[in-house]
Amino acid sequence: MITAAFEYYRPASLDEALRLLGGRDDAKILAGGHSLIPMMKLRLAEPAALIDIAAIPDLGRIDFDGKRFRIGALVTHATLAANRDLEKNAPALWDAANHIGDPQVRNRGTIGGSASHGDPSADYPSVLLALGATLSLAGKSGSRDVGADAFFRGMFDTALAPGEILTTVSFDAAPASAYAKYQHPASGYAMVGVAANLRLNGGTVGEARIAVTGVGDSAFRAGNVEKALAGARAGDADAIKKACSNAASGVDARSDSQASGTYRAAMADVYAARAVSAAAARG
Amino acid sequence: METVNIEVNGRSYSNEVEPRLLLVHYLRDTLGLTGTHVGCDTSSCGACTVLLDGISVKSCTVFAAQAGGHAVTTIEGIGNSGALHPMQEAFWAKHGLQCGFCTPGMIVSCIDLLRRNPDPSDAEIRAGIEGNLCRCTGYENIVRAVRAAAAAMKADEPRRSVAELLPVGAS
Amino acid sequence: MSTIPSMIGSPIRRREDPRLITGRATYVDDVKMVGTVYAAFVRSPYGHAKVRSVDVSAAKERPGVVAAYAAADLIAAGLNVSIPVAADLPGLKKPAHPPLAIDEVRFVGEPVAVVVANTPYAARDAVEAVAVEYDQLEAAIDLEKAAAGPPYVHEDLGTNVAFVMPVKTGDPEAAFAEADVVVKERIVNQRLIPCPMEPRSMLAHWDTGAAHLTLWTSTQIPHLLRTNLALLLGLGEIKVRVIAPEVGGGFGAKLNLYGEEIVVSWLSTQLGRPVKYIETRSENFAAMTHGRDQIQYIEVGAKKDGTITGLRMKIFANLGAYHQLLTPGIPTFTPLMSPGCYKLTGFDCEVTGVFTNTMATDAYRGAGRPEATFMIERAIDLVALELGLDPVDVRRKNFIGSGEFPFTTITGLTYDSGNYAASLDKALELVDYKGLRAKQEELRKQGRYLGIGFSTYVEVCGMGPSAAMPAPGWDSAQVRVEPTGSVTVMTGISPHGQGEETTFAQIVSAELGVPIDSVSVIHGDTDKVQYGVGTFGSRGTAVGGAALKLAIDSIQAKAVKIAAHQWEANPDDVEYKDGKITVKGDPSKSMTTAEVGFTAFRGVGLPPGLEPGLDATRRFEPPNFVYPFGAHVCVVEVDADTGEAKIVRYIAVDDCGRVINPLIVDGQIHGGLAQGIAQALYEEAVYDENGQLVSGTFMDYAMPRAHQLLAFETDRTTTPSPVNPLGVKGVGEAGTIGSTPAVVNAVMDALAPFGVKNIDMPLRPEKLWKAMHANSNGKVNE
Repeated sequence: MITAAFEYYRPASLDEALRLLGGRDDAKILAGGHSLIPMMKLRLAEPAALIDIAAIPDLGRIDFDGKRFRIGALVTHATLAANRDLEKNAPALWDAANHIGDPQVRNRGTIGGSASHGDPSADYPSVLLALGATLSLAGKSGSRDVGADAFFRGMFDTALAPGEILTTVSFDAAPASAYAKYQHPASGYAMVGVAANLRLNGGTVGEARIAVTGVGDSAFRAGNVEKALAGARAGDADAIKKACSNAASGVDARSDSQASGTYRAAMADVYAARAVSAAAARG
Repeated sequence: METVNIEVNGRSYSNEVEPRLLLVHYLRDTLGLTGTHVGCDTSSCGACTVLLDGISVKSCTVFAAQAGGHAVTTIEGIGNSGALHPMQEAFWAKHGLQCGFCTPGMIVSCIDLLRRNPDPSDAEIRAGIEGNLCRCTGYENIVRAVRAAAAAMKADEPRRSVAELLPVGAS
Repeated sequence: MSTIPSMIGSPIRRREDPRLITGRATYVDDVKMVGTVYAAFVRSPYGHAKVRSVDVSAAKERPGVVAAYAAADLIAAGLNVSIPVAADLPGLKKPAHPPLAIDEVRFVGEPVAVVVANTPYAARDAVEAVAVEYDQLEAAIDLEKAAAGPPYVHEDLGTNVAFVMPVKTGDPEAAFAEADVVVKERIVNQRLIPCPMEPRSMLAHWDTGAAHLTLWTSTQIPHLLRTNLALLLGLGEIKVRVIAPEVGGGFGAKLNLYGEEIVVSWLSTQLGRPVKYIETRSENFAAMTHGRDQIQYIEVGAKKDGTITGLRMKIFANLGAYHQLLTPGIPTFTPLMSPGCYKLTGFDCEVTGVFTNTMATDAYRGAGRPEATFMIERAIDLVALELGLDPVDVRRKNFIGSGEFPFTTITGLTYDSGNYAASLDKALELVDYKGLRAKQEELRKQGRYLGIGFSTYVEVCGMGPSAAMPAPGWDSAQVRVEPTGSVTVMTGISPHGQGEETTFAQIVSAELGVPIDSVSVIHGDTDKVQYGVGTFGSRGTAVGGAALKLAIDSIQAKAVKIAAHQWEANPDDVEYKDGKITVKGDPSKSMTTAEVGFTAFRGVGLPPGLEPGLDATRRFEPPNFVYPFGAHVCVVEVDADTGEAKIVRYIAVDDCGRVINPLIVDGQIHGGLAQGIAQALYEEAVYDENGQLVSGTFMDYAMPRAHQLLAFETDRTTTPSPVNPLGVKGVGEAGTIGSTPAVVNAVMDALAPFGVKNIDMPLRPEKLWKAMHANSNGKVNE
């Protein structure tokens, strides 16, 4: 319940934050704190310094120009969940934001914090993969953009290099998208979560991006499902179900006391079909 | 040590605190506002829920230092025996509590729920209190209480005192 | 107050609530004393290990640290005690259970050292500085393997079997001889974690001037705790005061004396300062008593018409590593209640209590009876399935008839009153059973799986006759009419959410005719309240309330004498009527309790020889237990794609005798249902093979949230109990005991088309999905 002691910094600018972070490898960025503080309270994490980025301007903005979203790292889940543009134009992320954690967690937790944490059961990674999002990482020597495919590398492992801060997540509008989540009965994390992003040509699926979280060591794209969905009729539930089989093929599915890997893998198919059907219905 | 300036229940406080001091401990131990409880150590139970700038948060997952410059409302600031908040009155009328330990956090969460959605369905109420655990009530009467509070708040009923409400039966 | 008689049966808002809803209640952690220091425990990370050394010296050097002790330090300073076990059985093995482990740890979370510091933060840091060297040993985790042989939890015992208790009654051989079928099953009642929302919390204050200890602790049994604590600390009982202030739930897990309570009290005597210890939730999961954990091998004999003839059971009960207060006593309830509300002619059971490297099991809402009810209610359904009969018909066939009470069961209990068919009839009507079966048929054709499950339970509570209890079974009440007519009640029970501050005030108000807000109900403080036994086993109103009724009777008898003397009337002609004292047949003569109370206080105008004052202290010794019952119906739909069982409707018709406050009774049922349903679907304490508690936080242990439950439909029948003067039965545990089998029976009914007969709880979706997707080889179809 009580964290180890740490130094606390609250920089007013990104540059200052980067300078503080760059000087030491025992510091962590504190955003909403809803991934980090619980680990610190159990002393599973004991950073010597926390750099609270809450006071940095502009990291809390959502910009949408009608085509592309740019979402600041400090935007909370609750803010995303209440955003009408997102609901209409990228509903997969809106779905996820509405089902992360619980209301209090959504009020504090941020998209940047969640993404940076790289939790294999988090909701956003699959959505960001399906959206083909770009993550902007600021470092001492400037900013670089990394695609979601390259960002989520493994269990609690991301492309963030020491000294870097995730500042923005951006992606194109994806109106025919959805996220379907099978909630862990205790933690509320995704036991299985599937994000679907479809490009529909009339009544059929043109291109599909399908990504799965909660099953493997990291969120992953279900390439075989994506291929199988191409050309499927958007309203044909049976065809969608068929295309969504073996969504987790080739992935070493995780087991815990609630669900075995076999079951998780099977549920990836079920939730892929649910996500695809929901996405298709929005198209 | 950090200096924090926090407004709590409408009063301003300034204290020197360890950076790692959790907001819930600041409220309970530094300020003596013991209505906010600690029920777990994994940010799961919601017993510590308070309003931070009017929005519900788990005060066990916020450092007091992070709350600097912000306004906190605890159960003590929601209402008192002289003027109960409609949510407090509804919890009482509908028997939405037994041991009472989860109750302050639950009431604060439910107030935030109605802020977001003034007229929730039963399913929305149940989803809306997902962040709060109760072991006594099976949630049944909590759902009824939220429904009753929503109606009272819609009708803009005045706050009533405990004395006015004793010793009548439940509504 | 013309409405006074209607106080009984009235849904009065709880008088406890104003302080609770405004955040002004005082739980242990809200008690603040100047000079308080804070304890933190160093706990075993291993399920089973030798403790090679414990070094607290570095911890003592930490800033803010006041003291640190290992077991050896405690013993050297004179605290060489074993945590008490009150339950006893012939041949019971009772290994020593020191509050800090001495040379061996036997479960994850067992305390090995304690540190004390000026702040909780410093204490937590100091825990990290205690160096403990362990040699890990093989752990005994699996219940049946542990019963069969090594590794042994207590090597010196040479066995893990703590006791074997046979119960053989009637003529089981004949009963099985006349059976047409014998149904066999292995029934698992999984381990649960009670999870009251307030963890264990304690504050000990040794007053060096008065040489007197006050312990505020979150307990259900302040007086019993004081007696035991005084004995363990070598203090006179008058030197120890235990206060249970606001208590944030107990569910049986605070019906105990914990090593932490002993150590923290002792620390205060040593340090001369108040010592506070508030455990974390993680500690609570690991080191507060758990519940259930039985494996039962059953054989049920039945005739073709559904008549149950006999029952054979072999029960393995997991006790954990050590006994806590009632550990070995809990599973002994199971055989007693195994016949349920049915008539059998033969019963043959053996209970084996087994030590394992896990936290001790003890009372948890229902405490030994849910294990019986779950077994027999599942057994009835298995018999029905075997014989192709409707489970409702099999229940009816075997019910004890409403005209047969008091009924002595084959296990020797005497059920006080009941009408099992009436509650079942009411439940069937509420649920539209015929319509539901038709709907089930129709949905099955569409590939949807609806299931209907029943539980017609009876439970034993109102604990209990002293001769049948490991501690006194009576409880006490003192009623004082104060000079101005307000009434103080001192009750020996220790409510912690059950609402007796309200129900008891209702009783007083109705009986003595005083306004309810002139009644104060005080409890939970051994310096204020006469000795009482506490709140557990659904006894608060059935025993404590009955004592209150006796005290009221005494008050009324004295008041009648005083009024008669004032009126120069014959006391036989004076009576309490509608809360007033009147002369029979002469309504012009009337006095209130307050008026008589003042006369009694003033001491003038009393009958010769009658003492002044209007108060009474009485104890109720229950002549028998009470036996609430009811019929529950659960309707579920199982998602064929995922195996998730969703409860669509839950109907509970319960009978707890006379109802004082329906609002509170319904609340007790709701909470009980939630815990019983949670056992069926969600909750399970899981240890891995090394004894690590895998389900040690709310992130892993699925205590249900609001969206995982549903709106309950409750109703009741009312069959008063003849056992106590109020006619009440208990209601705290009924919902839990009744509900679990209804849910599992419903899910098994839903899965009947797949040939499924039994799946162990909790019914996690994966298990159901596997059952629905298994091919003929039992393998899941890919």
